[in-house]
Amino acid sequence: MVYFILKRIVQSVFVMAAVAFLAFSLFRFVGDPVTQMTGVETSVEDQERLRDELGLNDPFVYQFVRFTHEMVLGDFGFSYRTRQPVANMIADRIPATLELGVVALIISLMVGVPAGVYTALNSRGVMTQTILMTTLVGVSIPTFVIGIMLIFIFGVQLGWLPTFGRGGTVHIGNWQSSLFTIDGWRALLLPAITLGVYQLTLTMRLVRAEMMEVMRSDYIRFGMARGVPMRSLYYKHALKNTLVPVITIVGLQFGGVIAFSIVTESVFQWPGLGLLFLESIRFVDIPVMGVYLVVIAFFFVLVNLVVDLLYVAIDPRLRIRDVHDGLPEKI
Amino acid sequence: MMAFLKKYEGLWLFVHSPAAIIAAAVAMVIIFGAVFASGIALVDPYDLASFSLFDGLLPPVWQEGANPKYLLGTDDQGRDMISSILYGARVSLIIGLSALAIAAFLGVGLGLAAGYYGGRFDIIVMRIADVQLALPAILTALLIDGIARGLLPQSIQQDLRVAVLTLAIAMSLWVNFARTARASTFVEMNKEYVHAAIMMGQRPSRVMFVHILPNVLGPLLVIMTVDLASAILLEATLSFLGIGLPADSPSLGTLIRIGMQFLLSGEWWILWIPTIVLVALVVSINILGDFLRDIFNPRLR
Amino acid sequence: MLSIKGLTVKFPSRFGDFTAIEDVHMTIKPGEIHGLVGESGAGKSTVGAAVIGLLQSPGYVAGGTISLGETDLQSLTFAQAHELRGDRISMIFQDPQTSLNPLMTIEDQLIETIQAHSDVSEATARKQAVDLLEEIGIQDASARIKAYPHQFSGGMRQRVVIALAICTDPDLIIADEPTTALDVAVQSQVLDLIQRLAQERQIAFMLITHDIGVIAQVADRVTVMRNGHVMESGETAQVLGTPKNAYTISLIDAVPPLDRKIDRFHVPKEDGIASAQGNMAERWLLEGQRHDLTGLSVENLTVAFEGPRTSLFCKPPTYVALNDVSLNIKPGSIMGLVGESGSGKSTLAKVITGLVTPQKGVMNLGGAALPAGKSRSRHHLSRQLVQMVFQDPYSSLNSRHRVGDILAETLWFYGFIKDPTERKNMAASMLSLVGMPPDAITKYPHQFSGGQRQRIAVARALLARPRFLICDEPTSALDVSIQAEILNLLKDLQAKFGLTILFISHNLAVVRQMADDTAVLRNGKIEEVNNTEALYENPQHEYTKSLLAQTPVMPPSWGA
Repeated sequence: MVYFILKRIVQSVFVMAAVAFLAFSLFRFVGDPVTQMTGVETSVEDQERLRDELGLNDPFVYQFVRFTHEMVLGDFGFSYRTRQPVANMIADRIPATLELGVVALIISLMVGVPAGVYTALNSRGVMTQTILMTTLVGVSIPTFVIGIMLIFIFGVQLGWLPTFGRGGTVHIGNWQSSLFTIDGWRALLLPAITLGVYQLTLTMRLVRAEMMEVMRSDYIRFGMARGVPMRSLYYKHALKNTLVPVITIVGLQFGGVIAFSIVTESVFQWPGLGLLFLESIRFVDIPVMGVYLVVIAFFFVLVNLVVDLLYVAIDPRLRIRDVHDGLPEKI
Repeated sequence: MMAFLKKYEGLWLFVHSPAAIIAAAVAMVIIFGAVFASGIALVDPYDLASFSLFDGLLPPVWQEGANPKYLLGTDDQGRDMISSILYGARVSLIIGLSALAIAAFLGVGLGLAAGYYGGRFDIIVMRIADVQLALPAILTALLIDGIARGLLPQSIQQDLRVAVLTLAIAMSLWVNFARTARASTFVEMNKEYVHAAIMMGQRPSRVMFVHILPNVLGPLLVIMTVDLASAILLEATLSFLGIGLPADSPSLGTLIRIGMQFLLSGEWWILWIPTIVLVALVVSINILGDFLRDIFNPRLR
Repeated sequence: MLSIKGLTVKFPSRFGDFTAIEDVHMTIKPGEIHGLVGESGAGKSTVGAAVIGLLQSPGYVAGGTISLGETDLQSLTFAQAHELRGDRISMIFQDPQTSLNPLMTIEDQLIETIQAHSDVSEATARKQAVDLLEEIGIQDASARIKAYPHQFSGGMRQRVVIALAICTDPDLIIADEPTTALDVAVQSQVLDLIQRLAQERQIAFMLITHDIGVIAQVADRVTVMRNGHVMESGETAQVLGTPKNAYTISLIDAVPPLDRKIDRFHVPKEDGIASAQGNMAERWLLEGQRHDLTGLSVENLTVAFEGPRTSLFCKPPTYVALNDVSLNIKPGSIMGLVGESGSGKSTLAKVITGLVTPQKGVMNLGGAALPAGKSRSRHHLSRQLVQMVFQDPYSSLNSRHRVGDILAETLWFYGFIKDPTERKNMAASMLSLVGMPPDAITKYPHQFSGGQRQRIAVARALLARPRFLICDEPTSALDVSIQAEILNLLKDLQAKFGLTILFISHNLAVVRQMADDTAVLRNGKIEEVNNTEALYENPQHEYTKSLLAQTPVMPPSWGA
């Protein structure tokens, strides 16, 4: 088990290193940092001096190591666009995106898992067919269209909810939160639903497929044959076995949430990381793009490590390994 | 017997599935319109001379003040909505299909080889796929777009937009193909017909493409349909975010972005008609993908 | 006690109702083991599923009655039937690997089942569970009960399954192929356990199996089914010893005896391998025999696989699949290789064909050294001379290629025939030679039954003009009557074309019928090699003796 976890950690470090390298290459090779930092009036000598100061004339590997080292220390450099430290810009934006993403994920799980179980257990009902058709349309409507529709209905036509910004926020230390005011929640609702709908449909369809697969397995049939109460078969035996693959996908979905938060934040002018990233792409603000990448990858890796730990908690086959298990008789 | 029945059964299921028939019909109509856009469309939205500002903001025919010449109205520039949508759908489909082709070619090739050779090659391909997965599709596409902006000189950027967009979408989709192809290949590698071919001394390329590939096509076909929908959505999303195609060669996503300006005013058709067409196209493709999945995996029926 | 009268089960489909079983009658008394035997498609599992009320959707009981004691099982609601399941009827499935919930301990699964049917405290239920596990032969039950299913071996797992089935003290247990997935030693233990439970607890068993030996060993009464109909029913000794029904007779004829060698199996309608259309292929094969009878010897072969890694710092444990194996197969003879699953039989086949590279050892084919594994070039002569017939006819033929293309590929690949039309003709002729209609070349493999596919696989092997044939469990996926046909075919071909054959099987009776010499493999080591008759009549090694003793057979006194 320890080996399993260690292996995952090593893999995570590998992924992080690869992303860091990507970010570094971005910084180093996409556009010239010196031209970006200086104006037209800067003399060639000054540019050369700056180049030296920045260490851009050092060997490539050395530069990369220093870049990574600075990243680990939290020194992310300066934005080409605002001339502010990237670290501060990112830190300001993280709470907004995190709150949006987590609330969206919770919405998608709270609705998606029960709906998936229901449609798996009543696979031929009218209700199931309706839900399935709705979700199919759900995955096909682009996130930005859902956002526009929600704004149009609840913001423009009904005038119930605000259509942009975070509403009232409260400072808790450095964390600017919209979870503690009614106003904040009102502002959060539409973006969170927009972001959650797509994940919801995915979760539901996945839970349904897995649950149906499990319900056909021998151990469920054996459970039926020895009269184990149906309730226990459904919610204890089947659901737990369904969760194993579902957890992985939820881990991957986190990536989806982050990605679609870019779109959602753009539609709702939500001041989060995604909006920052979009702005930085428009202005080719390479340092911000690179750091955004690294931060996202870091979250992703973190979430997937947690997923692995959950795996181990649920599946005893990973906890204890029998020597007799899985010996290959194949090539 | 079974092959025939399966084919027959697929057809049977199709005929008895109203959803699949409607989806196929809708997709056909949109694709047909897109392919023959230049023949059908009233005006050429790329040709500034073919439309006039005087015809601007006309509503669809069933509303008051419409000009019967423009069935679904016109936008603020006076472009016929139907013409814009046909040309927009064409751009969307061209980008979606070419991105899909690149992704499938790259993904299936790498996936087959990874599954066949296993070992170190497999690990390398799968690690790259892992990193790719840590960067979701939109992010990858945005990133490639951003890099292109930084690398390419301003003058040729406009001309290369379609290529960059296509490449960006393809790069975010190949992982799906690679993983599916690899997983299926692993299953096939344990089957005896593959052992028989290897034992005979057949070349690896022949074993992979003549023997294994036809057997893993089913799941790949499903991925292909689903990913075509994703590619079209991705293109629309990027264009909507304003980093896809420029306004003078609009795709469906660009049309929707332009329409957003009219969200609060009365000219609803400029926003909602392209939106409906985009959603109808993607829903149809997804319904067909679902239908294919049911055929290849009858147990989920 | 269990009484089935006129049972008919139908499966509706778009193309009309399919009748799975029709007018089945059967009674089982308490403590009786009632065998239900038949080949695939006989509908025996459907009978069991109908009795316990778990027919696969959309199947339904279209007629007849099933009653258990006074209870009419047909009239129960779903809830009543579910209450009765476990309480009065229970079931054992074929595969112990998949019958247990992998995420729950044995303890939780047992306690839950006990508490579902009797109002006892958890402590009492646990005590009952431990006692039961001890009774069915699990040592140290109070500790082992905390384990998860994957921590038990296959045989132990099937005991746990049996414990789960009997923990509520049912009157009737439906055992659907309960030993098919097990090795003979474990099979014999499980059969003993079933017999003991029937006697001591007076549980009635419906024992569904395809294996006549198993029926002969444990069943009190037997019902023979075919295509959904009962063929014959009665006392086991009477039905198997003096069968009256023509199908039963042919079925029993097809069972290879363990205690003697017979020349050929009696097969009702057999075409033989001589046919007009097959002449061309036969001549072609005979004229191609530039090489003499080709023997094969292997010396000191050792193959080790890496096991799963359990620690970062220790090397993963290696699993020795073959341990210093030496074997000499005489030119023109058939060498039988028997062993249980995991003994390394298939690994040996893969080493010979070059799919697996051994760590040690040398091979010699027809007097020339045979390079091992990756060092064998793709164009090495042995790739043509050595051919293989695989175990699973459902996966050994590429289902996306037409039969004609599969066969012609061999001719094309080895460069025997240049002209595509001639290749097709030769393929068709070869199909005739192995007893298939020549027009099969235009069809796909899945349009044929298992036995027919295996004939196609044999044809493919022959088209390479082989001198050495490896048959890896060629009949273990087939029904016994089909097995008899294929074995006859292989014997005929071997005699006619002077092939040398390595015949791998877990079935000792089959090997006795086929092999001139026999080697016994266990855990990668050869325990005994001898002339087949000598080995079966006078086994030297303890392991061979126990294998022979544990294989279920018909008592010779029944005299088939």
